[in-house]
Amino acid sequence: MSVIDSDGLLEVRGLRTVFDTRAGRVCAVDGVDVSVRRGECLGVVGESGSGKSVTFASVMGLIKAPGHIDAGDICFDGQNLRQLSVKQMRAIRGRDIAMTMQDALTALNPALTVGEQLAEMMIAHDQSLPRNKRERRRLVEQKSVDILQLVGIPSAKSRLQQYPHEFSGGMRQRIMIAISLASHPRLLIADEPTTALDVTIQAQVLELISDLRAKLGMSVVLITHDLGVVSEHCDRVMVMYAGQVVEEGPTESVIRNPQHPYTRGLLGSIPRISKRGEPIQPIDGQVPDLIDLPAQCRFYSRCQQRSDACLKYIQMTTLSQDRKVRCVLAEETAHD
Amino acid sequence: MTESQSPLLSLDQLSKTYIGRRSLVERLMRVPPTNVQAVNQVSFDIRRGETLGLIGESGCGKSTLGRSILRLHEPSSGKVVYDGQDITGLNPQDMKTMRRRMQIIFQDPYASLNPRRSVVELVGLPLKLHGLAKNDAEVREKVAYIIERVGLKANQMDRYPHQFSGGQRQRIGIARALVSHPEFIVCDEPVSALDVSIQAQIIQLLQELKQEMGLTYLFISHDISVIGYLSDRVAVMYLGDLVELGPVESVLNNPRHPYTQSLMSAAPDVDQPGKRDRVQLTGDLPSPMNPPSGCKFHTRCPVAIDRCKTEVPVIESVGEGHQARCHRLGEQISVLNLSA
Ligand SMILES: Nc1ncnc2c1ncn2[C@@H]1O[C@H](COP(=O)(O)OP(=O)(O)OP(=O)(O)O)[C@@H](O)[C@H]1O
Ligand SMILES: Nc1ncnc2c1ncn2[C@@H]1O[C@H](COP(=O)(O)OP(=O)(O)OP(=O)(O)O)[C@@H](O)[C@H]1O
Ligand SMILES: [Mg+2]
Ligand SMILES: [Mg+2]
Repeated sequence: MSVIDSDGLLEVRGLRTVFDTRAGRVCAVDGVDVSVRRGECLGVVGESGSGKSVTFASVMGLIKAPGHIDAGDICFDGQNLRQLSVKQMRAIRGRDIAMTMQDALTALNPALTVGEQLAEMMIAHDQSLPRNKRERRRLVEQKSVDILQLVGIPSAKSRLQQYPHEFSGGMRQRIMIAISLASHPRLLIADEPTTALDVTIQAQVLELISDLRAKLGMSVVLITHDLGVVSEHCDRVMVMYAGQVVEEGPTESVIRNPQHPYTRGLLGSIPRISKRGEPIQPIDGQVPDLIDLPAQCRFYSRCQQRSDACLKYIQMTTLSQDRKVRCVLAEETAHD
Repeated sequence: MTESQSPLLSLDQLSKTYIGRRSLVERLMRVPPTNVQAVNQVSFDIRRGETLGLIGESGCGKSTLGRSILRLHEPSSGKVVYDGQDITGLNPQDMKTMRRRMQIIFQDPYASLNPRRSVVELVGLPLKLHGLAKNDAEVREKVAYIIERVGLKANQMDRYPHQFSGGQRQRIGIARALVSHPEFIVCDEPVSALDVSIQAQIIQLLQELKQEMGLTYLFISHDISVIGYLSDRVAVMYLGDLVELGPVESVLNNPRHPYTQSLMSAAPDVDQPGKRDRVQLTGDLPSPMNPPSGCKFHTRCPVAIDRCKTEVPVIESVGEGHQARCHRLGEQISVLNLSA
């Protein structure tokens, strides 16, 4: 097993997650390393289908057939999660690590009230609750009201009796976060928490996550395709492309000084109000199929700077302690 | 934008109310239907050759407005005047002829294409509908031209939608809208469902096509950067109402409605993280079935006063071609100064 960084809360090394489909084996995540430090917010960006959700669903032990984790280590607080039993894993999930799913409406159970779903979560994870049923119920209700107030839902007490469809999109998203936070996790993985929301509500939800991070001292992984969100909320950022991490580093450095042609392309394709009248530079072409990928740079077909040197397996190059990029051009300069 | 003669399109007090469905029991019990006033007396002009951006929260009525203009949803009241002609009264036959000149690109590239039709059938349909091609050979020829123009290959025209990526499907949607050589296109969030890198391809394509074919766009989006990047003027909607309208520079740099101000301040910006004074709106979008009294924004407005709860504000001019709907315009109030 690899050496584990001592200040890392989550350390993933060489993760490979595959899906066996009729068309062949889809290698959705191929050799991914992730480190999340205590108290930090890590942003994860990348093309749709690049493996962002699958990476973190693997961490959570939520990959179901036809998929499975093929290789890699997942260490949380020094403990290798892949060696845990299903039962031990269930205890970690929810208590220590919580994940809000990409689609809040489908992730909430439409048949249960929000109060029931919060109670279920707390009872499953909080051993300190009293055994006496009546006392327990009162305490759980009190805590549920507190947590809904914490995520900014007014008249929390009466809201507990309502079903998910009676809330707006932004409220459902916040309820999902409330449910994830009910057990005071040490790591919150928020998968596109604001994609379906409007900017005004989006700002509320992200502010909330930042606040709670400061208050509860938890670490956060924020999966998003919005570089503006990353730039405002994340300490570090990891860029994924076709199942691999292609660039990583402190947010400001990656955004100000992107090293991978894909990251550069991504930044160049955001329409900016300040650049009205100037052409935007889209990245031409499309992502490759994830079945039977040849050993070469995966961005090759779309890259402006491609050369024959790219037609081999590309290693991650470490530029400086925190700064990594997977590109031959960086390999060359690093060797000079 | 060059000032041109008469507008290409004028909306006059256009409204659309969806009448809620009731079950038999509800009807017998005389439960009143729950109506949604999705678009409420919206008036504005679109000039020839311009791009009017339409922005607002999810559910505020943007798509409904776009569809009512083309009469894909029948407006409940008000007028749509296209090229000097009131089209709200047109019979189906005349409306069909009119649709050749007015097209729409839909929000969802996955749902808006019939999966059982091949590309040539999908894109060729308007040609057949409007009798623009004499025979199948001519249909194929015209389809081949247009799909190449939008960046697909002519030899892909016998494939089916599921064989294409999201970005390619959106190109098929664009080809379908363009094949009959329209003048006016409603672009209903044509890039929202796409990856950032593909979004840029489509935005660039729409800009090029506009130049080349002299098109006029109503461009719907909830993304301020996209709207700011490609519009000449911007219209802002809130819960069915038009709350602000003006040249893009004025609306973005000097927004006058508190909602537009909050929208601008809430949009994250890659280049300048945390540069602005953030305005946090509290509360959620109210239900359109039961909109707030007075100014509909008063439940979330940081600068609302008592008058806003009871009295509906009217839209008034605040500058060159710039209008807004707020009781406190005269006071030059900005929600951005609140924190100071
Ligand atoms: N159950 C499955 N069966 C087969 N392939 C799958 C399955 N789930 C995911 N994949 C594939 O794994 C790849 C990675 O998917 P993932 O959901 O992680 O993407 P993502 O980066 O989260 O994208 P998005 O931004 O669209 O959410 C995709 O190519 C997807 O098609
Ligand atoms: N066919 C329909 N029947 C009843 N109500 C509808 C119908 N279509 C839309 N609505 C309602 O009308 C309101 C406006 O919807 P519309 O789709 O125009 O919003 P939008 O601004 O386009 O939102 P989005 O950004 O989410 O696309 C919403 O409250 C919606 O629930
Ligand atoms: Mg995902
Ligand atoms: Mg819409």
